[in-house]
Amino acid sequence: MSVPKDYRYTETHEWVRVEEDNVVAVGITDYAQEKLGDIVSVELPRVGDEVERGEAIGMIDSQKASSEVIAPVSGVVLEVNDLLNDDPSVINSDPYEEGWIARIEIEDMEQVDDLLGSDDYEELVGRLEEEE
Amino acid sequence: MDGAEPKKTALYGAHVRAGGRMVPFAGYWMPVQFEGINAEHLRVRSAVGLFDVSHMGEVVFRGPRAQDVVQRLLTNDVASPPSGKAIYSPACRPSGGIVDDLIAYKVAPDHFFLCVNAANRDKDVRWFVEQARGECEVSDRSDDYAQIAVQGPKAPDLLARVFGDGVKGMKPFTFTFLTHRSHEVLLATTGYTGERGGEVYLPNDAAESLWAELLERGQDLGVAPIGLGARDTLRLEMKYCLYGHDIDETTTPLEAGIGWTVKLDKGDFLGRDALLRQRESGLTRSLVAFVMEEKGVPRQGYRILVNDQVVGAVTSGAFSPSLGVPVGLGYVAKPHDAVGSVIGVDLKGLRTARARVVEPPLLRRSK
Repeated sequence: MSVPKDYRYTETHEWVRVEEDNVVAVGITDYAQEKLGDIVSVELPRVGDEVERGEAIGMIDSQKASSEVIAPVSGVVLEVNDLLNDDPSVINSDPYEEGWIARIEIEDMEQVDDLLGSDDYEELVGRLEEEE
Repeated sequence: MDGAEPKKTALYGAHVRAGGRMVPFAGYWMPVQFEGINAEHLRVRSAVGLFDVSHMGEVVFRGPRAQDVVQRLLTNDVASPPSGKAIYSPACRPSGGIVDDLIAYKVAPDHFFLCVNAANRDKDVRWFVEQARGECEVSDRSDDYAQIAVQGPKAPDLLARVFGDGVKGMKPFTFTFLTHRSHEVLLATTGYTGERGGEVYLPNDAAESLWAELLERGQDLGVAPIGLGARDTLRLEMKYCLYGHDIDETTTPLEAGIGWTVKLDKGDFLGRDALLRQRESGLTRSLVAFVMEEKGVPRQGYRILVNDQVVGAVTSGAFSPSLGVPVGLGYVAKPHDAVGSVIGVDLKGLRTARARVVEPPLLRRSK
């Protein structure tokens, strides 16, 4: 289970990577893709959408389940990963790089500080796996 | 079953060692996947896979009147087929609603072996005993048997290697008893995938060695264990009904499109009057197979719409690994259930995605 150190995380298993000032990339974690299994379809947000932290901005369908992607931050969608329309399984094979979902422009970077650090997220996942 | 710790099949240890992801299912710890649902699915379509289906229930009917009792319980005809035949059939309530769908193995007119859905086992046994009215012995033997399904185009080769070349000549939906390593096993040419192969019923303590032997002797054929996830997508492509999803006590075999299992002229049976009436008055809805023409995976419970009106609901859905598109089953009101009809699947309010009703099975198999 991989949890990159320089990423931030949510309790709903999204990740956030700061790309440049006021721009972050968003995706789902290795734990999330592993739990979902084979991802077969991804519903992406639209470029220009204003998104609110905590609301659904997309949907990921695996063979087993449909799962919402929750916006980890509030902002405007700058870009979406169109590659996922053709090959959604990229999220399975490379959740943190090629499998990114959207890039979001945010007003204040402080939102990012509210997210979980890698240690906290790792602990969360450890707890969840123990419960199983 | 609720709240109780799930039981383990005789192959539990083997699944865990093979990296199976174990989930509680119908009161058992069962592997939902090993290498991944899509890969496992395609392996069964192209080579051969092994399924642990030991959670399934086995109920034995014995006695001089066993055939009469089974004939009364099932909608299909078990009297005409010879001993050695496997017969797929629903069992219905007097209302025509489906108690369960099952395979009846006719050992002899005084001896039937029924394989029932795990989740229905207790309910079935109660119903069977009640309806048998003491005319024959009905015994729940589920805890005594393990069951291994061997499915795929290479399955006949693998079964022949393990059980002898004689099994290659077996016709579909027949069975035989064999002695294998001093254990008596029932080998049937049945399955739930649309592929060739069979299902082996055997004592629990013989399961692990047979499982290992099948894996070893089928290595060059590409054999691997397959989880319940791929079992579901495989049966879905064939439009085989899954109890609790596509059929239940509120649906009839006629509505579900398995009217060929209802033999109204075989004499009286449970549900006959209701089914006869339904056949005469005509159906108001039917279970259809559909292919998505827009993005989105249909799931059980999603509404089916035509012109913004609800005309039905999805009962099963998945991305078809063979076809490369999402597919589903669902009940649709007439006349929208006709092959070629365009329907909408309400993706939980996200949007409505277009789908088309198609002739089953979803996956056309070449012989």
